[in-house]
Amino acid sequence: MNRPVEPAVITDAKKRYSAGVLKYRQMGYWAPDYTPRDTDVLCLFRITPQDGVDEIEAAAAVAGESSTATWTVVWTDRLTASDSYRAKAYKVEAVPGNPGQWFAWIAYDIILFEEGSIANLTASVIGNVFGFKPLRALRLEDMRMPVAYVKTFKGPPTGLIVERERLDKFGRPLLGATTKPKLGLSGRNYGRVVYEGLKGGLDFMKDDENINSQPFMHWRDRFLYVMDAVNKASAATGEVKGSYLNVTAATMEDMYERAEFAKELGSVIIMIDLVIGYTAIQSISNWARKHDMILHLHRAGHGTYTRQKTHGVSFRAIAKWMRLAGVDHIHAGTIVGKLEGDPLTTQGYYSVCRDSFTRQDLPRGVYFDQDWADLRKVMPVASGGIHAGQMHQLLDYLGDDVVLQFGGGTIGHPAGIQAGAVANRVALECMVKARNEGRDIVSEGPAILQSAARFCTPLKQALDTWGEVSFNYASTDTSDYAVTATAA
Amino acid sequence: MMTNPPARITQGQFSFLPELTDQEITAQIDYGLGKGYAWSVEYTDDPHPRNTYWEMFGMPMFDLHDAAGVLAELKGCRATFPQHYIRLMAFDNTRGVESIAMSFIVGRPRDEPGFRLVRQEIGGRSMRYTVQGYAADRPESQRY
Repeated sequence: MNRPVEPAVITDAKKRYSAGVLKYRQMGYWAPDYTPRDTDVLCLFRITPQDGVDEIEAAAAVAGESSTATWTVVWTDRLTASDSYRAKAYKVEAVPGNPGQWFAWIAYDIILFEEGSIANLTASVIGNVFGFKPLRALRLEDMRMPVAYVKTFKGPPTGLIVERERLDKFGRPLLGATTKPKLGLSGRNYGRVVYEGLKGGLDFMKDDENINSQPFMHWRDRFLYVMDAVNKASAATGEVKGSYLNVTAATMEDMYERAEFAKELGSVIIMIDLVIGYTAIQSISNWARKHDMILHLHRAGHGTYTRQKTHGVSFRAIAKWMRLAGVDHIHAGTIVGKLEGDPLTTQGYYSVCRDSFTRQDLPRGVYFDQDWADLRKVMPVASGGIHAGQMHQLLDYLGDDVVLQFGGGTIGHPAGIQAGAVANRVALECMVKARNEGRDIVSEGPAILQSAARFCTPLKQALDTWGEVSFNYASTDTSDYAVTATAA
Repeated sequence: MMTNPPARITQGQFSFLPELTDQEITAQIDYGLGKGYAWSVEYTDDPHPRNTYWEMFGMPMFDLHDAAGVLAELKGCRATFPQHYIRLMAFDNTRGVESIAMSFIVGRPRDEPGFRLVRQEIGGRSMRYTVQGYAADRPESQRY
């Protein structure tokens, strides 16, 4: 790529800024002696250089292309305090067990970033640099946000603690289900599924990511029927209930209109899809904060850039951005279900959502300490191919602060949707009770469920139907620092 | 008589399970004490889903670290209010939590008539919904 001039950093200003092309490391983007400051934004990238490009130069190039550099020397740098604006690659290490891949740590001065803007943050760190030719592949593995920068974000409008207070539900995971089939139900038929699920014992029902306002069911119809179902179920059970009304639409104006209608009808929660974009997420988060609304985020589309280990953005970085941007729920994996999710890596995402201070934890893919500066916590959502027979594993892996969503595992119950909901709620309550009593739910789980099934026929039917179903495939996104167990 | 599957109000952690025995309640209290929570006994005859503030049967027991003591308070509440809803709540004062960590019902009236849904039709097909307890029309203490 670049024509070499001298191997080391050029400190003589006249030489440094003479017209031409320099190596990135010579321009000051490689700084092995740099000690990151508490106020720096830190990024860890996984770099796969093209043949013939050494790892130091590749790391320096990433630092350069994600901050001030262009492909050639520009004299206008000399009008600025350019040393502040240059990102600094300060450490490069080989990725264990993956020849040709390198971890590069890069520090960015806080002046590079607009306060409270995920769009600005990401335009730098995952901007042009991901298409840079000298790299075969590039992945943003993790980020450390300095407290000073965290404090410029308002974070989740509700947060998991206040969500529980509003819902009056404590000490156990929340239960949900996605209304199925995803497509084709009329508003009236859709509301039936919502009513049956909530009355049977679920806390939440949910619109799917691609339920917006299609010919078979316009959004107002859905909202009206769903809210009748929610209120009727609340009266039938004496509990606060909710259904995530998806307000995802073509424009912010449409989204605000839908959100306003959800509020008028008394919904406690609305929903958005990740594909609406970071700025739209921050806007609707402001709206949610103003109107006491819980904000659910479905991570539609993330698999296109989070799943492959060599290129893209790790979901833990997305989860950090979303906590800053301000969502109350985020889909973060099930471990045992049908979608991608190595156990330890998934637990790392949960830590990012729920911790007050996230400690570095390499086996879980957490590369930096992260002080969340009292930013509210995000409730992770586990959804996709899970059923009552896995309750002990879900509770053990994911803990109490999670929404467990059994879509097929509720609606597909042989005795009906209410029975499916009862089975899930009984399985959950008996497992929480047993864990609190000090029993080893991992080993005794199946026996605990069978014992509860003796007084609960719907649970027995659920276990008979799905007890043996598992999705036992190897994960693609795993930690490089530990051999991981495969979920059963 | 409520028509939901458990045929009763299902607030709290364990309403879908058979009534907890005193021994089972003690195990839950011990779990909470082990986590450093403070237990509290609350009662009401208005279990509306949004009635946040049930009456406190004394203050949260911050300095009581013995499950038997908490259970004794619960028994006192049951004796005083045999036809009320009673719940045990555990408070966690950890920074960043500072809220309720556990909550479950440990006393109920014999009959639970439940709630009706009042629909007020407004502006086209829109509705205003109100949930009203069938027993709540009578004055406090005469409801069950």
